[in-house]
Amino acid sequence: MGVTLSRAAQWTTAGFGAGKLEITPLNESLLNDIINYVENFSRKHPQEATFVFREPLEWTTSMNPLVFESGYETSGATVRSIETDKNGRPLLLLSVSTIKVSSFGQLSYLLYVSKDKLKEAQACLEGNRDPIANILGPGFATVEGEDMSSLRLLDKIKQDDSQDAEIKMKIFLLLQQLDMQLLNSSLKLISKEVRTTPATVKNDIDLLKCFSGKEEKMALESIDYTTDYEFSNGCRAPPWRQVHGEICYVIVKPHDTDLVCITCSTSGVFINGGMDPNTEEINYERKGEIYKDLMTLLREISPAFAEIMAQQDLQEAEDVMSVYDDDAVDASEPSPSQRFQEHKEKYGDEKPMQPLVKSQAINKQKLEPSLTWKDLDLSSSPDVKVGRKEEKDYKDNGKYETSKDEEYLKSSSPESKLRANLTSSMSRKGPKRSSEKTEEFSESSSESEEDEEQPEWHQETSTELPSEYWQIQKLVKYLKGGNQTATVIALCSMKDFNLAQETCQLAIRDVGGLDVLINLLDTEEIKCKIGSLKILKEISQNSQIRCSIADLGGLQTMVKILDSPDKDLKSLAAETIGNVAKFRRARRTVRQYGGIKKLVRLLDCVPLRSANLTADQEKDIEVARCGALALWSCSKSTRNKEAMRKARGLPLLARLLKSPHANMLIPVVGILQECASEPTYRLAIKTERMIEDIVQNLSSENEELQKHCACAIFKCAEDAEIRNLVRQYGGLTPLAELLKKSDNKELLAAITGAIWKCSISLENVLKFQEYQVLEILVALLADQPEEVLVNVVGAIAECGQEPSNRTIIRKCGGINPLVNLLSGTNRALLVNVTKAVGACAVEPENMTIIDSLDGVRLLWSLLKNPHPDVQANAAWAICPCIENAKDAGEMVRSFVGGLELIVNLLKSDNNDVLASVCAAITNIAKDEENLAVLTDHGVVLMLSRLAYTTDDKLRRHLAEAIARCCMWGTNRIAFGEARAVAPLVEYLKSSDPDVHRATAQALFQLSADANNCITMHENSVVKLLMDMVGSTDEILQEAAAGCISNIRRLAMANEKARYG
Amino acid sequence: MFQPQTFRMSRKNMQKLTDSLHRTVRHFNKNEMEALIRLFYLLMGEPSERPSRNGLDRNKFRNILHNTFEMTDDMIMDRVFRAFDKDNDSYISVTEWIEGLAVFLRGNLDEKIKYCFEVYDLNNDGYITREEMFHLLKNSLLKQPTEEDPDEGVKDLVEITLKKMDHDHDSKVSYDDFQKSVKEETLLLEAFGPCLPDTKNILAFERQAFVQVNEP
Repeated sequence: MGVTLSRAAQWTTAGFGAGKLEITPLNESLLNDIINYVENFSRKHPQEATFVFREPLEWTTSMNPLVFESGYETSGATVRSIETDKNGRPLLLLSVSTIKVSSFGQLSYLLYVSKDKLKEAQACLEGNRDPIANILGPGFATVEGEDMSSLRLLDKIKQDDSQDAEIKMKIFLLLQQLDMQLLNSSLKLISKEVRTTPATVKNDIDLLKCFSGKEEKMALESIDYTTDYEFSNGCRAPPWRQVHGEICYVIVKPHDTDLVCITCSTSGVFINGGMDPNTEEINYERKGEIYKDLMTLLREISPAFAEIMAQQDLQEAEDVMSVYDDDAVDASEPSPSQRFQEHKEKYGDEKPMQPLVKSQAINKQKLEPSLTWKDLDLSSSPDVKVGRKEEKDYKDNGKYETSKDEEYLKSSSPESKLRANLTSSMSRKGPKRSSEKTEEFSESSSESEEDEEQPEWHQETSTELPSEYWQIQKLVKYLKGGNQTATVIALCSMKDFNLAQETCQLAIRDVGGLDVLINLLDTEEIKCKIGSLKILKEISQNSQIRCSIADLGGLQTMVKILDSPDKDLKSLAAETIGNVAKFRRARRTVRQYGGIKKLVRLLDCVPLRSANLTADQEKDIEVARCGALALWSCSKSTRNKEAMRKARGLPLLARLLKSPHANMLIPVVGILQECASEPTYRLAIKTERMIEDIVQNLSSENEELQKHCACAIFKCAEDAEIRNLVRQYGGLTPLAELLKKSDNKELLAAITGAIWKCSISLENVLKFQEYQVLEILVALLADQPEEVLVNVVGAIAECGQEPSNRTIIRKCGGINPLVNLLSGTNRALLVNVTKAVGACAVEPENMTIIDSLDGVRLLWSLLKNPHPDVQANAAWAICPCIENAKDAGEMVRSFVGGLELIVNLLKSDNNDVLASVCAAITNIAKDEENLAVLTDHGVVLMLSRLAYTTDDKLRRHLAEAIARCCMWGTNRIAFGEARAVAPLVEYLKSSDPDVHRATAQALFQLSADANNCITMHENSVVKLLMDMVGSTDEILQEAAAGCISNIRRLAMANEKARYG
Repeated sequence: MFQPQTFRMSRKNMQKLTDSLHRTVRHFNKNEMEALIRLFYLLMGEPSERPSRNGLDRNKFRNILHNTFEMTDDMIMDRVFRAFDKDNDSYISVTEWIEGLAVFLRGNLDEKIKYCFEVYDLNNDGYITREEMFHLLKNSLLKQPTEEDPDEGVKDLVEITLKKMDHDHDSKVSYDDFQKSVKEETLLLEAFGPCLPDTKNILAFERQAFVQVNEP
C-alpha cells in the first residue's frame, strides 16, 4: 500500500508539511478498499493480526472512548487495551484525542466499532504517511524506484530465524499484495479520468461567456478570469501554482447564488478560498469537491444554471432526433408478442446495475460527463455504501430529471412513457409542449430495447479475469500470426468455447479478436471465412458485439460475401447479418451497401415441395432461409421494407410461404408481420394470396410459427378485405382453438391480438359467437399479463358492438373485471377498456352493474388522462352510461368538478376527443340543472368556437350538443352572439345525412331567436332547408320545416310591422 | 495441349481400360475418364502403349500439384503423392491416377476424410501422433523473434488440436477420432495443412481436362 499511497492517492495540492488526503472519489475508493481489507484482516489472518508493530500508528481521532467495550480499560478520556506487547505497553492507547495502535487485531476492532470509518482511516493515513515503516520498521519504508526490501528481509530471515521474522515476512507479503490490488483498482479509476487541458477550460469559459448576462434566460450573470494575462502555455495561474497543475481562476456569478471563485486545474475544477477584495490575492486552498468540468460544478452549486442547461439539453436531444429522421419512420406498431418480448426483456433479465450504467453512458453521449455519474461506478465495488450515498446525492440535484428524460427518449415501453410524461410535466415550465414532444418520439420508435444501440458498460471491477479470457487471448494471437492451417485450428478451438456466454463474447472483443475475425472475411481463404463467420454468428447475439461489428465495417464485408458462389458461406453471412442488423444503424448500413437486393436474391430457390431434393438443392433452401432471417431483422426499417419491395421480394416470399418447414416459415411470416404495417404490403399479401398460407400455418405444430402467423394476421387485419379473407380461408376456427392454450403467454398475446382485429368485422364476430370465443375471452380477463389483456379487452370491445354479445359479457361475469381495469395505468389497455365498458353500458341491465361498481366515476376520472385517445374513449363510454343510468342527472352532479372538467376538454385539439365530449355534453344536458351548470362554465362559447370545423363526425355531435344547449335560458341568443349560426348553415352542404339531421335540429332550436333567423337567412339557409324537407328522414324533415316556418313567421311579423 | 496424334494407344485398348476403370471408380463418366487417361499419358511424356516405367514419378506429380493445384508445402505434396501411390512403388499408375483424382476432385466427405488421414499419418501407422502433428504444423505460425522458444506456439497448437480431436484420450488421433472430429466440424478436414484443391482450381483443372469430351 505504500506505493499506492505515495503515487496514486491524491494529496492536497496546497500546503506543505502535514499533507491532507483530498476527498476525491479515487481516494475514497482507496480508503474503502483499505478499510475493507483491515477490517477482515484479523479474521483472515489470525496469527498475523497479533503481530506487534515496530512503532505504533498514531493519529488524532474523533472516536468516543465509550465505544470500546470488553477487553479495554476506560478511565475518563483514556482507553487502554488489556492486550499488551512484550514490554507491557498496551496495544491500543487512546488518550484525549490521540490514539496509538500497534497491531492489526486492534486496528480491525477499532474500525469495527468506529462510526465514521472513512474519517478514521483517512486520519490514520494522514498521520502516518508510510504506515509500512511503522509496522515493519524504517527499513521497509517505501522508496521510489527498485524496491529491494523484500530481498533484504529474506536475508534477515536467513540470518536470524526467529519466528518473528517469519510473521514479518508474511505481513510484508500480505501488504504488498494489498498494494498491488489497490494500484490495480486505482489504475482503473485513473484511466477513466480525462485530464482537462488549458484549451478545454478556455473553450468552456468562452462558451459560458456567450451565455452570460443579466437577463433571466441567460445561464449566468457573469464569468470572468481573475487576470487578463495568459502565459504562452495557455495557463493564467502564476507559475508557482502551475506546478500544482492549476490552469486558471475564474470568478462566476450565477443568478441564484453569491460570487464564487473557482480554480480550474488539470485534475478538475473546484471552489477555492476566494479572492480577497482588497489585496486581490487568491486563497488557493480547496474548499469544495473536485468536479470534472466547469459545467458540472456550476450545475451543482446553482439550480438556476442547471435548469437552463436542462432546457438546452432537451433541445439538443430534439435536434439529434431529427438526424434519425430516416429511421424515425420505423413506425410499425409493435405486435402484441413483440411487446411481450420487450416487456420480458426489460424486466426479465435486467441486471441490478443496468439502469445506473445506462444513464451513465447516455450522459457520456452528451459529451459532458459528470463526476457524480462516475462515482456511481464505485457502487459495483465491494463497498456498496459509497454508491448508495452518491446515489442519494444525485437524486437531490436537479439534473437528475434531465438525464432521465433523455433516457425515455430512447426507450418506448409503456412504463417509461408514463414516467416520461410524469417527469417532463413536473420539470418543465411548459409541460404540454414538452410532454407532447416526448410522446411523439417514443411512439414513433416502436423498437424494443434490444434494437437500441446499447451503451458500453465497463466490465465489473472484479480483479480476476476468467481463465477463458487468457485462452481466448492466446487463440487470437494464433489467428493473427498463423497461416491458414493454424487459423482454422484456432477458429475451431474458439468455437468450442461457450460463445453464448457474455464473458467469452466480450473477451473476444477485448483482446482484439473481432478485428481479426472481420479481417479474415476479407481474405481469399474460404475455410477461414467460414470459421470466422461461425464465430461471429454466435457472438453477434450480444448487442455490444453487434455494435462493434458494425463499427469495424463487418456488415459491408458480409454483404459482399452474399455474392460468393459458396453456399455455406452465403448462408452463414446472411445469418450473421440477421443477427447484427438488430439496430437502426446496422440496418441502414445493410441497405446502403446494397444488401437488401442481394438478400432478396438469396430467397430465390428451387420449388420447396418437390419430394427428393439433392444435397445441393437443400443447400439452396438453407441459403434462402438464412436470407429470410436477415431480411426479417432488416425489415424493421421502413426504408428497408421499401427496398425489399423494389427488389421484387414479395413474390419470392409468397413462394417460400408454401414451404413445409417451420424454420423457413418463421422468418418469412416474421417479415410479413413486420411489413404488414405498409399498405403496399397489405395489398400484395392480398394479391399474392398469402393469407391462405398464413391461415394454414396457424394449424402448424410449431407454437413459434403459430405465434408469428397470428401476429401477421393481427397486423394485416387492419384491412377489412383481409379480415374477410381470414374468415373465408377458415382462419377463425384455429384462432378460436388456440385461444384455449393459455399457457404460452406470447402465443396467447398474438392470438388474442388477431381475434381482436378480426372481430372488427361483424361477420367475424358472428362466427366467433359460434365458437363461444367471447366466453373464453371473458375468462381470460383474470390473471393475465398486460400484453394479453390489452388484446383480450380489445376483442371484447369489438365483440360488444354486437348487441347479443353484451348480454353474454354480463352473464359470464365480465363486467366486474372490466370496470376494475378502469383504474389501471396502461394506456393501450385503457383505450380498449373504456371502449369495452362503453359497449357494455348500452345494455340497461349491464349499466346497473357498472353503476353499482362506481364505473362512471372511474370513466369520468379517465377524462383527466393525458392521452387523447383515452380521453375520447372515456367520453364515448360516458354517453351510454348517462343514457341508461337511473337518475343520471344526480349522479353527474355528484362528481365534484366533473362538469367543469368536461367543458374544459373542449379546448382539446383532437377532433375525436371533441366529438366524444360533444356527445357526452348532449347527454349531460338532458338534465336541466346540469345544463345550467354547463352554461355557467361557458359551454356556449366553447362550442361556438368549434363551429368552423370540417370534420363531419365532430360536426354532427357538435350540432347535437348545440341543439341541446339551446334549451336553457338565453343560450340561443348567446350562440348567435358567438357567431355559431353562420358556420352551422354550411353543415347542410355536407354529404353526411347524420350531419344534416343534427344540423337541422340545431338550426330549428336557434331559429327561435329573431337575430339568428336573420343570420340564417343572410347565409341563404332557406334553399338548403327546402331540399332537406324533401328527405325521407322524418326527424330531418320536421326540423327543417320547423326552422323554415320560424324564419317565415319572422318575415311575416316583420311585414306586418312595416306595412300592417 | 491435347493433340490427338500424341496418343498411340489403340481405340480398343483405351475402351478396355476405360471400361475396367469405370467399373471400380465412381464420380467420373466414361468420357471424362478417357480424357483423364489421355492426360495421364500425355503427362508421362512417353506416349507408348507399354510404358517402360510404371507411371508418373514423384517429381512429375509434384509439378502437377504445384502448377495446377497451387500447392506449396513440400511435405504435404510428398504425402499427397504417397496417398495416390497406393502400392508404394514410387510411381503413380494410370489406375492410381484415376482412383486418386476421383477422391481428389470429386470425393464425398467420407472418402476425403480417409484420404486426408492418409496424408497426415506420416508413418502410416494408423495414428496421427503429437510428433507428426508438430511436424505438420511447425511452419504454420509466424515466428516471433521476441519469444524465447519459437516452437512453443506450435506445441501449444498441437495441444489444442489434440484436445479437440483426441476423443478416446490416448494422446494420439486415430482414424475414428479424426472421422468423428471432421463429422462434427467439417473445417477440420484439412486440419494439418491443405491437401485438397479448392473449388476454383478444381474447376480450372476440369475445364482444361474435359474441354473436349463435354463440348465436342
